[in-house]
Amino acid sequence: MKISIIDYGAGNLPSVERALRSLGAETECVTKPEQVAAARALILPGVGHFSAFVTGLRERNLTAALRQALAGGVPILGICLGLQAMFASSAEAPGEQGLDLIHENVQPLPTNVKSPHIGWNQLRRLRKSILLNEIPDAAYFYFAHSYAAAAGEPHTAAACDHGFPFAAVLEQENLMAVQFHPEKSGEAGSHVLRNFLEWAQ
Amino acid sequence: MTLARRIIPCLDVDAGRVVKGVEFAGLRDMGDPEELAARYNREGADELILLDIKASRDGRATFLETVRRVAQQLNIPFTAGGGIRRLEDGHAVLRAGADKVTLNTAAVERPELISELAAQFGSQAVVLSMDVKRTAAGWEVFIRGGAESSGHEAAAWAREGAARGAGEILLTSIDRDGTRSGFDCGLTATIAAQVSVPVIASGGAKTFDDFLAVFGEGHADAALAASIFHTAKHSIGALKKYLAGRGVPVRLSP
Repeated sequence: MKISIIDYGAGNLPSVERALRSLGAETECVTKPEQVAAARALILPGVGHFSAFVTGLRERNLTAALRQALAGGVPILGICLGLQAMFASSAEAPGEQGLDLIHENVQPLPTNVKSPHIGWNQLRRLRKSILLNEIPDAAYFYFAHSYAAAAGEPHTAAACDHGFPFAAVLEQENLMAVQFHPEKSGEAGSHVLRNFLEWAQ
Repeated sequence: MTLARRIIPCLDVDAGRVVKGVEFAGLRDMGDPEELAARYNREGADELILLDIKASRDGRATFLETVRRVAQQLNIPFTAGGGIRRLEDGHAVLRAGADKVTLNTAAVERPELISELAAQFGSQAVVLSMDVKRTAAGWEVFIRGGAESSGHEAAAWAREGAARGAGEILLTSIDRDGTRSGFDCGLTATIAAQVSVPVIASGGAKTFDDFLAVFGEGHADAALAASIFHTAKHSIGALKKYLAGRGVPVRLSP
């Protein structure tokens, strides 16, 4: 199956592409709404600033196309900022609208912990997870972010604690997202991508 | 559940080869960057840093090619730097496959470069590298590969760098670098207490106990070493097992 990776103009697409190809997936980078509409499975990777991200999507007319794909049941995996973009808004860019698939807000990490949260951390499973299927509980994943969405029902399958419990793995019907970088998380990260590919088949 | 302390091997490269000097001088050939990167990725390194130590304009294309080739070998985070003078230099390194870029001399000369890179690529992609030497004035930041004083006091410069958007501090003790006399834990703890961003300690690693000390009394979030890993005297996996056995949270490879 071909995986369509959304290219909104920034972000480290080559490492996501390489990680998927090493698992045998065919990939394409998409920049146009009609390509998103035709996609069988989507990946929304993101690094950098929330404002640049949602502006990049909007300027390419991808926001509506993404919402439609989601409503049509297309499997999608958001990565890092791609998870945060699923929310209504972010404190990083007040006034900018996210995709608003989850009607909550992304918050800054509190000042009593190191920020950015950079490095390898473990997850706390809240329920059975598709993306974490057969991955040991003790596995570490690589995070690099200064903002996060509070863990909550029904969307969060696994949380990570750094200042507050935040959504590290989000699974809600065909909408999946991870706050960590699976493409940078060694074997465990590769396993997450493989689980997504198998589930999206 | 705890954020793991990171072990970061560093590849100092010149003209497409890994080299190593003692106290910023006397370079020796240590091998092929792709081979070493693949080995460290396999052995459980938490990240890899690649530095262009000569950072000459003529060597730019060669360095970017090295970044590109090393990136292919990794499924862990990858930082590259050396000779990053403008926003475009940072962009080129990230486009070649690095996840983060390190700044050193250019950040001292034009601190706005830190903010420009952070605004464009996010703080998590900007690592402020500081080479620090103990002088009569205290801990002083040096530039141009340790050749020249910047006039900055280390803690003040670390705070300014973080305030301008650096997401991590790579702190190298010039006094200890290449001497294998242990990390400068006093310096590391001082800087770590001054900033809320993670601090990577560098310079002087020799024994496993040096790492234990820098994560303990040094309060480092990550520790970097080069030659002790290159010579295969110590494997990263063995180091991490040693640390885990002494209560340091580390990511053990499956």
